[in-house]
Amino acid sequence: MTTNYLLKRVDFIFKNENDWEVILSKSINRAPQELINELISSELKGRGGAGFPTGLKWKLSAEAVNAIKYVICNADEGEPGTFKDREILSRVPFKVLTAMAVCGHVIGAKEGYIYLRGEYHFLRPELNKAIVEFEYYCKEIKFDFSIKIFMGSGAYICGEETALFESMEGKRGEPRNKPPFPSTSGYMGKPTVINNVETLAHTFTIFKYGAKRFYDLGVQYSRGSKLFSVSGDTPKPGIYELELGMSLEDFVEEFGDGDTKAVQVGGASGFLVPRKRFHETAIGFQGKLTGISLPTGGSMMLFNSSRSMFNVLDNYLEFFREESCGQCTPCRVGCQQLLKGIKAVKRGEKNAQYLDKLLRLTETMQYTAKCGLGQSVANSFSSIVENFREEMIY
Amino acid sequence: MNPVTDLIKNLADEYGRERQHLLPILQGVVEQEKYLSEFSMVEIARELDLPASEVYGTATFYSFLEYKKMGRYIIRICKTITCSMKGKNQVLLAIEDMLKISLGETTPDGNFSLLQTNCLGFCHKAPAMLINNEVYTELTPEKVRDILSSYMKKQ
Amino acid sequence: MAKKIKISINGVSVEIDQDTTILDAARQTGVIIPTLCYHKDLCVAGNCRVCIVEIMGQKRLTAACATPCEEGMDILTNSLKVRNSRKHIIELLLSEHNADCTRCYKNGNCELQKLASEYKIMTQDFIRLVPFKNYTIDQFSPSIIKDDSKCIRCQRCVRTCAELQGVNALTVAHKGDQMKITTFFEKAMNDVVCTNCGQCINHCPTGALVEKNYIEEVWDAIADKTKHVIVQTAPAVRVGLGEELGFGPGVRVTGKMVAALKRLGFDAVMDTDFTADLTIMEEGTELLTRLKRKMVDHDPDVKFPMATSCSPGWIKYIEHMYPDYLDHLSTCKSPQQMFGALAKTYYAKARNLDPETIVSVSIMPCTAKKFEANRPEMHDSGYRDVDYVLTTRELAIMIKQAGIDFMRLDDVHYDRLMGESTGAGVIFGATGGVMEAALRTAYELVTGRDVPFDNLNITPVRGMEGVKEATVKIENPLKEWAFLEGVELKCAVAHGLVNAHKVMESIRSGESNYQFIEFMACPGGCLGGGGQPIPTNPEIRRKRAEAIYAEDEGMPLRKSHQNPEIIKIYKDFLDHPLSEKSHHLLHTHYSPRDRF
Repeated sequence: MTTNYLLKRVDFIFKNENDWEVILSKSINRAPQELINELISSELKGRGGAGFPTGLKWKLSAEAVNAIKYVICNADEGEPGTFKDREILSRVPFKVLTAMAVCGHVIGAKEGYIYLRGEYHFLRPELNKAIVEFEYYCKEIKFDFSIKIFMGSGAYICGEETALFESMEGKRGEPRNKPPFPSTSGYMGKPTVINNVETLAHTFTIFKYGAKRFYDLGVQYSRGSKLFSVSGDTPKPGIYELELGMSLEDFVEEFGDGDTKAVQVGGASGFLVPRKRFHETAIGFQGKLTGISLPTGGSMMLFNSSRSMFNVLDNYLEFFREESCGQCTPCRVGCQQLLKGIKAVKRGEKNAQYLDKLLRLTETMQYTAKCGLGQSVANSFSSIVENFREEMIY
Repeated sequence: MNPVTDLIKNLADEYGRERQHLLPILQGVVEQEKYLSEFSMVEIARELDLPASEVYGTATFYSFLEYKKMGRYIIRICKTITCSMKGKNQVLLAIEDMLKISLGETTPDGNFSLLQTNCLGFCHKAPAMLINNEVYTELTPEKVRDILSSYMKKQ
Repeated sequence: MAKKIKISINGVSVEIDQDTTILDAARQTGVIIPTLCYHKDLCVAGNCRVCIVEIMGQKRLTAACATPCEEGMDILTNSLKVRNSRKHIIELLLSEHNADCTRCYKNGNCELQKLASEYKIMTQDFIRLVPFKNYTIDQFSPSIIKDDSKCIRCQRCVRTCAELQGVNALTVAHKGDQMKITTFFEKAMNDVVCTNCGQCINHCPTGALVEKNYIEEVWDAIADKTKHVIVQTAPAVRVGLGEELGFGPGVRVTGKMVAALKRLGFDAVMDTDFTADLTIMEEGTELLTRLKRKMVDHDPDVKFPMATSCSPGWIKYIEHMYPDYLDHLSTCKSPQQMFGALAKTYYAKARNLDPETIVSVSIMPCTAKKFEANRPEMHDSGYRDVDYVLTTRELAIMIKQAGIDFMRLDDVHYDRLMGESTGAGVIFGATGGVMEAALRTAYELVTGRDVPFDNLNITPVRGMEGVKEATVKIENPLKEWAFLEGVELKCAVAHGLVNAHKVMESIRSGESNYQFIEFMACPGGCLGGGGQPIPTNPEIRRKRAEAIYAEDEGMPLRKSHQNPEIIKIYKDFLDHPLSEKSHHLLHTHYSPRDRF
């Protein structure tokens, strides 16, 4: 029973990292296949939100034949309600750098990039210092790996991996058609591993303590711990490392203000869970636990009863309308229609049944949009409209 | 020679002249000039041997690469959900009141431009804003007045 | 041999080559999947999402144009899920599109309209977005009208401008709901590097990019009894026009076209092919003169390679992109402009007409010709040399408006004086044609013999290869050309400006050492021009080219200098090629423009 499952704090990510040199030296002396197996058996899944198995990702790129490959750390953290990656990069940068280098060793890449969102420009000087120190050590141990920072310039969509490549190539950050996938054709058309900051930090944990320590945390399909960015109507906003698989009820008990009406799990592109479903919702990847299981990049936004869900949805849709890259029809036009549509219903210019038309539209967007942005608008839209239909109309 | 032309040449020397260095060069110009003028974009196109339209198309994709004249200090106040919930509007009003400009405008002395932006990643310390690259969080109308005053005194 | 894989489309098992896209596989098996952003000439974008299909076992739908088939794929192109989604997408596009169809120039020839009609989108459930947007309609160019309210952002024009033409006048700017197709700093098309080639028009599925039409002006001129309206028809029009009027691609309709023009009420129907032949006389002589100046006089100012100057899209391109190479251009005007200059001088004199009363109209496969006619350089007759330029498409509209049953027209021949032509003039319409025509005449001029190719067909310069090369060795020249003995004349042909770019770069780097190059702005040459019927694609271009060469083969005379009317004009009016009079009327110079 998940309801009895206690919220378990974990302390891996931010634990001191004075031993990164040791971990690096040790890891690059292990066979790539061994490291891949370690990751696979840890069942670590991508912490950016999509949850692709990290070991498999590294494996595919390792198998791709090419003299040039890249490792990219995705630090374009833009999902509303997410701020964990910034903390990782400012508090434990060496874990991320080490993980990138180990990945380089595994797949055969000599160059790594950190794509840092423009909003985090202030992190750059410190991060650069860390990179200099890191590269110095690499040279010392005769390990050929360099890391550069690539700055974003204010575009949420660049967090989508292929849009990020486009952006790094000096173009508009528009997602590509897939296939081909990054593991065979990523940045500059070369095999590329692109991992979220937190994912990389977890690989450090795994390489340091072994897969089992990580695997033992969490539940089936959702192993390990995860950083949660907690914000909204909560007395203790901030970043918490928690075991995966927790129930939302426990979470709200810990972080709510006693009047929590709903929680948005996974940011604007995630789901809104109303109070009545807290007990049956677990936080983790696919695979039903007791009710609904929600993946997340770690954004947990709490809303208390003073909040209008219409305003919340309006804010999200405004966000998507602006941050869609605009290339594909369902996303570009769909977002505009959804935003205009809910306003029209609210003003009484369209009747309440129009919400159903919009719900069907989000379904189409989910089926047909070119990338995750357009596909996931449906998540928040349908979960808000279905659970708070009254608020949308009156 | 025009200082912008020099700047662009230097940036191109530093980063390289291939397409993949376009963004750092655009950012470098914005860092210095606060925005990309038509002239700057033409010069960048010339320097990198790119079509000017491509430079324009790329630059306008990114919301931090302004292409209209901006003030010395660009204030970007976060308008995404948590900041909105935590009093962004009052903060915005305070700024507008103090600088006597509305959103999207620049003060007549060319010192401040006021813009909104999407999630800055400071939801736990909302509301937040950027002034150029500096972050300010947990803003209140009172706090923002102090911050702006300190900028005004800088001149 | 590509590896074969097995897939199933709508329950039918088929075997196809590996790496075939779902769209192509479906087409091969007789299943039509609708598309909008897809075009055979262009790279795959996969952004309109109209071509989505369902792959069994996958929750999401897949863009057929952008997805390669995989072994065992079970594809549904018309499932309920597909149909509902596709309908939504069409509805979304319509909500963003100024669907004012009855007042649209593309009414009846719009891919979006066709799709909407196929899917019977009868209601307007979604909110119309057009009134909320601040759309611009750019009418400043003499060639192109760009109406953003009709744009569905498929980016076919952007890809055309970049991939086929390498011009990049058009770009995608901004993002989200603000995303739009525009130019550098959203300037007017007339103020940027646009060459007016019109390929964007030819590739636009809607009415967002159309030619500026002069149909009403021409009707007015025809109706004006005080005006003498003379019309010329470009070589490529006769192999394209039929497509607009009920024939399949590649049908020659020369005689019917002349008949139709007469019925429309033009006072004289003449042929641009005549001035194409004249161009050869002038340009061929210019080439030989340049060779002489270089080899005999050792004149350091003479520039090689010499480049043709018939294509106004190419002219504007070189003005923008290679202004330092303008001296390489032949000084010859294009056949259209030679014709224009002669219409109001030679023709006026011969027919005893006041040039003031002559309205000179041309029918062109081209939109850049509209710009060319508008150039300040083109007033050498003392008047505007060509008053109105209509595209092949506009002529078809006039023929339909006049109620002419085109299919049933009997062939009529062009009027005399400037209506006679040779096969050499006709092939101007295909890529390589100017080169072939020039070589036929120049070789004979120099040696007194036929060019050494079977049946005068200089096949190396034919075909759709982007850049073609040919070398003609001169042996036993006539006495006055003795200095050319043993000279290998190295020629190149480029069509599509992206290929022109390649050749120009090879010249700049010194890699190539051509003497003579034909440049055409449009893929396939004029037959694939921006003013030709829509659609134009690789297959249609090939068919039009076949028609052009068939027309050439069928002509009794196939060398420009044999054209009796050419012989006559030199005798009666121009004296000889490069005479003072020809210099005044038939030659010009161009000026540099900015590249950015």
